[in-house]
Amino acid sequence: MSESLLLLMLPLASMLIVAVYNGDKGLLSKGAVAASLISLLASVYVLLTFNSTVGFQSVSSYNWIPSLGINLSFGLDGLSILLVMLTNFLTPLIILATVNREIKNQRAFYALIFLMQFALIGVFTTLDAFVFYVFWELALIPIYFICLMWGGKYSGAITLKFFIYTLTGSLFMLTGIIYLYLQTPGSHTFALQSFYTLDLTAQEQSYLFWAFFLAFAIKIPIWPLHTWQPDTYTDAPTAGTMLLSGIMLKMGIYGIMRWMLPVMPLGIMQWQNLVLVLCIIGVLYASCLALVQNDFKRLVAYASMAHVGLIAAGVFTTNIYGLQGATIQMLAHGINAVGLFYIVDIIQSKTGTRQINELGGIAHNNRLFSILFVIVLLGTVALPLTNGFVGEFLLLNGIFNYNIWFAAFAGLTIILGAVYMLRSYKSIMLGDIASPSSKFETLQYNEKIVLSVVAIAIIAMGICPQYFINLAQPALENIFQLSHLHN
Amino acid sequence: MNIISEVGINSYLWLAAILFSIGVMGVLFRRNAIIILMCIELMLNAVNILFVAFSVMHNNPAGQIMVFFIMAVAAAEVAVGLAILILMYRNMGSVDIDTMKKLKW
Amino acid sequence: MDSLIVLLIPLLPLIGFIISGTLNKQANHTLINGLTCGSVFVSFLLSVILFYQLQSGSAPISYKLLNWIYVGALKLDLSFTVDALSSIMLLIITGIGFLIHVYSTGYMHDEPDYARFFSYLNLFVFFMLLLVMGNNFVVMFVGWEGVGLCSYLLIGFWFKNNAYNDAAKKAFVMNRIGDLGFLIGMFLILNKFGSLNYQTVFDLASHAATNDPTITVICICLFIGALGKSAQIPLYTWLPDAMAGPTPVSALIHAATMVTAGIYMIVRTNVLYTLSPDAGFLVAVMGVATALFAATIGLKQNDIKKVLAYSTVSQLGYMFAALGVGAYETGMFHVITHAFFKALLFLCAGSVIHAMSGEQDIRSMGGLRKKLPITHITFFIGTLAISGFPPFSGFFSKDEILAKVHEYNGGFMLFTILAITSVITAFYMFRLYWLTFWGNFRGNSHQASHLHESPKSITIPLILLAVFAASAGLIGLPHLFHAPHLLNNFLAPVIINAPTLEASASFEIALIVVSLIVLALVTYITYQIYVAKARIPVADADEKGISKWVANKYYIDELYNALITQPLQAVSTFANNYIEKYVIDGTVNSFRWLTNTGSLLIRQIQTGSIGLYIFGIVIGIICMFVFKFYLA
Repeated sequence: MSESLLLLMLPLASMLIVAVYNGDKGLLSKGAVAASLISLLASVYVLLTFNSTVGFQSVSSYNWIPSLGINLSFGLDGLSILLVMLTNFLTPLIILATVNREIKNQRAFYALIFLMQFALIGVFTTLDAFVFYVFWELALIPIYFICLMWGGKYSGAITLKFFIYTLTGSLFMLTGIIYLYLQTPGSHTFALQSFYTLDLTAQEQSYLFWAFFLAFAIKIPIWPLHTWQPDTYTDAPTAGTMLLSGIMLKMGIYGIMRWMLPVMPLGIMQWQNLVLVLCIIGVLYASCLALVQNDFKRLVAYASMAHVGLIAAGVFTTNIYGLQGATIQMLAHGINAVGLFYIVDIIQSKTGTRQINELGGIAHNNRLFSILFVIVLLGTVALPLTNGFVGEFLLLNGIFNYNIWFAAFAGLTIILGAVYMLRSYKSIMLGDIASPSSKFETLQYNEKIVLSVVAIAIIAMGICPQYFINLAQPALENIFQLSHLHN
Repeated sequence: MNIISEVGINSYLWLAAILFSIGVMGVLFRRNAIIILMCIELMLNAVNILFVAFSVMHNNPAGQIMVFFIMAVAAAEVAVGLAILILMYRNMGSVDIDTMKKLKW
Repeated sequence: MDSLIVLLIPLLPLIGFIISGTLNKQANHTLINGLTCGSVFVSFLLSVILFYQLQSGSAPISYKLLNWIYVGALKLDLSFTVDALSSIMLLIITGIGFLIHVYSTGYMHDEPDYARFFSYLNLFVFFMLLLVMGNNFVVMFVGWEGVGLCSYLLIGFWFKNNAYNDAAKKAFVMNRIGDLGFLIGMFLILNKFGSLNYQTVFDLASHAATNDPTITVICICLFIGALGKSAQIPLYTWLPDAMAGPTPVSALIHAATMVTAGIYMIVRTNVLYTLSPDAGFLVAVMGVATALFAATIGLKQNDIKKVLAYSTVSQLGYMFAALGVGAYETGMFHVITHAFFKALLFLCAGSVIHAMSGEQDIRSMGGLRKKLPITHITFFIGTLAISGFPPFSGFFSKDEILAKVHEYNGGFMLFTILAITSVITAFYMFRLYWLTFWGNFRGNSHQASHLHESPKSITIPLILLAVFAASAGLIGLPHLFHAPHLLNNFLAPVIINAPTLEASASFEIALIVVSLIVLALVTYITYQIYVAKARIPVADADEKGISKWVANKYYIDELYNALITQPLQAVSTFANNYIEKYVIDGTVNSFRWLTNTGSLLIRQIQTGSIGLYIFGIVIGIICMFVFKFYLA
């Protein structure tokens, strides 16, 4: 069995085991953590034996529907492995984060998380457009149920909107994929490589651009297609929010890099300006909205949108700084978003509220928590020597190389980001001890572990980003070259 | 000797067409559900006549087999249809289709 | 060996930070003192070693830690270089830093969160060292933002007080505004020169044409960064608020070191600024404007630390004026002397506040010279130095600035304003001095009973700083004395192609004589007002006319609030309540409405009449036949 298939199958196996397990509940959550750690270890092993310079490797391909040219083919390049690593790194943290929370129907919960992990890895590793679409939609199912069954008061309406919104976008992509499929020579195929060699007119590429862009833009989300996001993030259970913001929205960015840039470069050239403007409006808009939120979780949701908007802008500059910055920032944002949403969850579970104006003074008797919070916050506001800086520096440099004014406006995010993050930190952690905050007890072991791992990752990635840059470099250069072949 | 060659296929076609049209008209204009059911039978039988006629004409027994098939289906259909009508009569005291307008949103 | 020293200098405070940061509140004070003061002291000794090596003509010493970010043409290392300029900054940071650490052991003695305070101080020293030691712009930026972070943490050190937290946040955000300028400046440099390494950029720049518009834009962007960090108009308002932090912090961060980072940056990039006289002129004008503006506000402040804060802003303006006219060494000269006398003044203020049980209003002080003799003497030396009395250090550096600005082409206006400003400086400093140390004590009886001279850990740093504040001017004697200008000679390798501005001996003599007379006059007048007539400033609320404007700092904070904060808040609230809800989400939800309404219309067809349905079926079949046989 090839490595890519191993990585894909491990979560599926975990899901099946968890789903049929019928024993002690305490053991169940520990078992889930252990199972996710096995995936992590496997991916670390793959990473250590990985040679980023040779393009797609450990490719495995099986016939699925040969008459239609559909193959279950999977492979890894530098970009895929980083996102698989991110998925496998965050999943144990997400599961560990839920260990001591009251969760009804735990078996289904963990099984759905593993299903999600399976689908995400499928999206990141597959080399076949049809299989990509299948995994893309498959990822929607577990997160839909997680948000619906363990979500807040309005989960029904909100998840329905989320589901229909993203599904609508995906359907456009499906038509695009089928169109591309029909353009492939001979007895058509869905293979990625054959899409890369298509010779499409500028007009075709322009239509294809919108078909794919809508799907990815809704998932990311890019302004103004974002209104499912704050509601869903706010209402979903924390594990769901972490999955959504930490990993799932990277599907959209990954999709742009893997399926749009090399396939329809002329289409991107035509609409690049417009999309960049949308992204940058989104960055500023989301930052402004984050300024006036009182619900901390909603604030973090908007902050996340601002950061992701910058990533999308970086990708659409199609220069190497933008691509590399987007890759690094995808990892950084995944880690930071999980950290921040977990902090929200800790505050809410310990004080019973997450309204900023009701909290205050938590730092007085919770030093460890405040230190970890500050580190995550610094990562979010992109202070140098944290992971956020490397990504934002490269992204802004990429945008700068595209257009200096775009960079100046996008750069406002580092000011606004500082404003809203420090404002919320001040109101929640500093000042007089508000009455809900007095209920804040010391951190439990799993909370300490998760936040510490996140904090260490933030600093380690800030000091040694070159490791990740080197991994992604050949894959991104390949994408860069393909996306400039037609110019 | 051959019944077709003596009478001619056209006569059968006309007969079937007239029977079918009578059936259609019955279905369209009568309000009584039993009569509608009978009219449907009439249409089926018009088709049966055609099947038999063409079967003889082409010397191919498949048409006659189809007739038996249709008769079996029609019998089953009448059984279900009459059962529905009985229930309808019990519930509404009438088999007039205008009384049955619940089939909407 | 030397490169190891280069690594150790920033590493030691970092280790001090990590260890003392992990200690809990009950940790032994001696341990913390040894760790944090010790690490800075060792760094200081190492800096002295490097200084002597550079002094004896050694080439700049570098250490490369790792390849940090290599993408495309961008090649960034985490690497350090110590040259003449860095080494002077190293001495200031570690030397004054060490004295302030020692001072803090006395000043913060009763603080329950002792370890946290010292860990922040060490972290600050670490980042400040990165700032001056980096050998590319991004490492400088790391330090640049890092010191901003430490400033945030230390201003808000007593985080129970929300006013302090707001001041901390304000400082961070204002700095961030400048940082954006710095960031864009870096992108421009990378784009123009293809590198961010000092050496590469400056080598290429020395061949560039004068008045290249890109270079002017680069200089302006970098200057925006400096405006934020060094608290110049229009980004100065955070610095007076930053006085919320503990007094040693004000001395170290907001007087001696961090706020001079902007000056360091411009001196570092002097090659670029020399190429762009327009940008230089802008720097000079902003500097002069800030110097005057802040000095006038200083006249009306009654908080001992606020007076010093505005004075810092004003003195930084002097330094920028010097840089703007191309006198980079002179700017550095004033950085050095200012570091000594302003740190001294702040520490004295701390000693006074300590003695006054936390009181900072000078209207409640008076007559402290008897109870606080050492503080009084050292403060007096500091006052003489900042006012520019010969032969104290401030005299030499300030005189040199005035002379250079006078020689600058078209600088007479600037010179005049700076000269007036220096009179104002002397005025508010002596006002502060007289009101605090002379006259009768005006505080309450509790404060009076508590008055005492500070412990040795406080007074010894004061005395040492006073010695330097008095004598540091000797490293830059005016041309007049025919002695070597030690500082200029030492800095010569770093300053490339700068214009030479040399004042004539007669002008220098005239300057000295006039300034002496004016200063004596100011001293006499202030003595008359504040001691002989014992006129005590009224409360801000009772001020009238122009005085009221000045006492309220020209309402600049209110102006920013009305122009930036409020509109941003209003726009965001509007976007949150209306645009997000009705426009964007409304559009999305209108699809739901469209589907619902459409279905409502279409389902009217579904009447439920079976006869109609059958009719429809028959008509449909007939249509199909017609279509099939007659139309197709």
